Amino acid sequence: MKINDVILRTVVKGVVFIILTLGVYLFFSGHNAPGGGFIGGLVLGSGIVLLYITYDLETVHRKMPFDFKKVAGLGVLLATGSAIGAIFFDAPFLSQTDAYFTFPVIGEKHLTTVTIFEAGVALTVIGTLVTIILSISEDE
Amino acid sequence: MESLIMILIGVLVTVGTYLILSRNLIRVILGTAVLSHAVHLLILTMGGLKKGVVPLLSQSEGPFTDALPQALILTAIVISFATTAFLLVLAYRTYKTNGSDDLQELRGMSDE
Amino acid sequence: MNNLLVLPLIIPIITAVILVFLREQVILQRIISIVTMVFISIISFLLLNTVQTEGILRLDFSGWLPPFGILFVGDSFSIILVLTASIITSICLLYAFSTIGDRHEKMFFYPFVLFLIAGVNGSFLTGDIFNLFVCFEVMLLASYVLVALGGRKKQLRESLKYVLINVVASWMFLIALAFLYGTVKTLNMAHIAVRVAEAGQDPLLTTVAILFLVVFSLKAGLLLFFWLPGSYSVPPTVVQALFAALLTKVGIYALIRTFTLMFPLNQDVTHTIIGVMAGITLIAGCMGALAGRDIYTIATYNVIIGVGFILIGLAVGTEASLTGAIYYLIHDMLAKALLFLLVGMVFFVSGESIVKKMNGLIQNYPLFGWIYFLVMLALAGIPPLSGFMGKVLIGQGAIETGSYVLLALSFASSIIVLYSLLRIFLASFFGESTISFEDRKPIPKGAYLAFVLLAISIVYVGVGAESIAIYVKDAARTLMNPSIYIDAILKG
Repeated sequence: MKINDVILRTVVKGVVFIILTLGVYLFFSGHNAPGGGFIGGLVLGSGIVLLYITYDLETVHRKMPFDFKKVAGLGVLLATGSAIGAIFFDAPFLSQTDAYFTFPVIGEKHLTTVTIFEAGVALTVIGTLVTIILSISEDE
Repeated sequence: MESLIMILIGVLVTVGTYLILSRNLIRVILGTAVLSHAVHLLILTMGGLKKGVVPLLSQSEGPFTDALPQALILTAIVISFATTAFLLVLAYRTYKTNGSDDLQELRGMSDE
Repeated sequence: MNNLLVLPLIIPIITAVILVFLREQVILQRIISIVTMVFISIISFLLLNTVQTEGILRLDFSGWLPPFGILFVGDSFSIILVLTASIITSICLLYAFSTIGDRHEKMFFYPFVLFLIAGVNGSFLTGDIFNLFVCFEVMLLASYVLVALGGRKKQLRESLKYVLINVVASWMFLIALAFLYGTVKTLNMAHIAVRVAEAGQDPLLTTVAILFLVVFSLKAGLLLFFWLPGSYSVPPTVVQALFAALLTKVGIYALIRTFTLMFPLNQDVTHTIIGVMAGITLIAGCMGALAGRDIYTIATYNVIIGVGFILIGLAVGTEASLTGAIYYLIHDMLAKALLFLLVGMVFFVSGESIVKKMNGLIQNYPLFGWIYFLVMLALAGIPPLSGFMGKVLIGQGAIETGSYVLLALSFASSIIVLYSLLRIFLASFFGESTISFEDRKPIPKGAYLAFVLLAISIVYVGVGAESIAIYVKDAARTLMNPSIYIDAILKG
């Protein structure tokens, strides 16, 4: 039986962008406010899962041809890479640094290496979350 | 407040123990999830339920809350999330392969 | 600050993730994993020598000084175990190359072995009890996957029980941590030791200590070993060997660390309980080994006997007995890995796991048979093999404190170990072979290499006991005098 899911599809088209934007916002606000890689990653991941639920696996996979296991792997690599990078500067493992830079258009910005670490965490969370959901739902 | 939360933890542990002792696999997994929530609350309560501001030294003035229990709970949540997810997939595969989610039937024979 | 200290944890993780990307290139996966493990063995050997000259090493993550930050601590005891674990994993990988099969290799077998070893090394090195929990979980998650990998009916069924028992154990670990944090307000192990000493280890802290004892006993298989025979007999041989060599030993390490560093003050209660538990473990393990009819059951119950024996060294608690416990720990890791590899190979060549249904293996595989004989002697503690030093020193400690019951039990257990393994040797290896020399199933060369390397290590630990004595003695000295450890952490 085919379920009539017009409402779901229409709503999701709009809502998914809001969810993804919120995820990115949470990710960047994490430096000195509630948020961060883990929570941002969870929100982003749930947005992707919502897409998978609304449209079928093939459609989403055609537009987003990622192997989410590898996304998670890439995340772990980023996070451990930023942690181990400190060793090469003769600082203790996991040391992070930050600095202020001035850019032509957007003005002065605060850049930190923690962002790389957090990006790794976010990618890991997205990868793991989607892999879990897919591995349960795939064989049927 | 602490006593109230402690009673809540007790209730959660009771529920979790009841679920974990049942024969149905899904109930057992739900039981482990409830148990882990109980222990997260326990860690939070053990840190003391004080009122205070976010412990960001440059942005606000004390008294600060103890941030350590929250960090511990976040780590514990992530770990229990991973374990529960793994358990669910494992339970699903076991159900598919063995054709049963009844732990009594999954005991296994000694002469295999 | 010594950044080398974190490499035994972080390098396996990074290479494991890289291997995920190389799923189809099996040869490349093998090369990378073995190179990683050999590299870590070399690093841990260097670290071990550094500890001898510079004292206990410490690495404060991102420069946060203890007790505020998290840290890795390397004293002789933990680095000896890291070194042994890395060597055993390298050798087990050699065995895996020729036996594990394409299917496992493409299902991320090597990445999970590397995650397992990362968790094990992390548990040995961490100086923070919450990180001990985290590293335990890394190790356990990898082990859950390794038990279930392959997806046979029996494997899935047993892995479910294994996962559930460990989830409950981890839950109790968290409860113990919560109460510990509630009482002493710190999680740094050295700082906990100081605070517990200040408070004089009152009954509440002793209760927390006993909760830790229960948790670690579940992981180590001390008395609470009912889950062990089932889950250790289903995965492939290499995984069994790794589990037997590493997993229970991490629990033992945690027990020794907890009760020598953090809660050493109320020995009347805690060490007596450990002694009683170790004694009962020995008796029950011996009964299991005697009653077992198939080789897997006998081998798994031998693991349990080993756990009981090592923890008698802790329960007695003198410097001699702790030295013996460390010697025996090294020996037990090597010998149990070899025993499980051999038992798996017996099953592979004969297709049979019931002792009485096999015979004459030694005629077709002479070297194989004699290596089995060697490991049997080592496990029984015959000099000059590796088990001897540990048994003598634990016995010496037991006599010093007058624990004659434990002494009798531990040496009686050695005889049972010898008998249970000799039974396999006489029934399965001796006698006339029913299969002719030409029809025999060949043993892969990689497997032989692994057997020979492990056998050499066992002989070396026995004959060359003098050459590793400086490390072991330093480790035992640090365990007996927690102030050395505490000063290195909090006053440096």
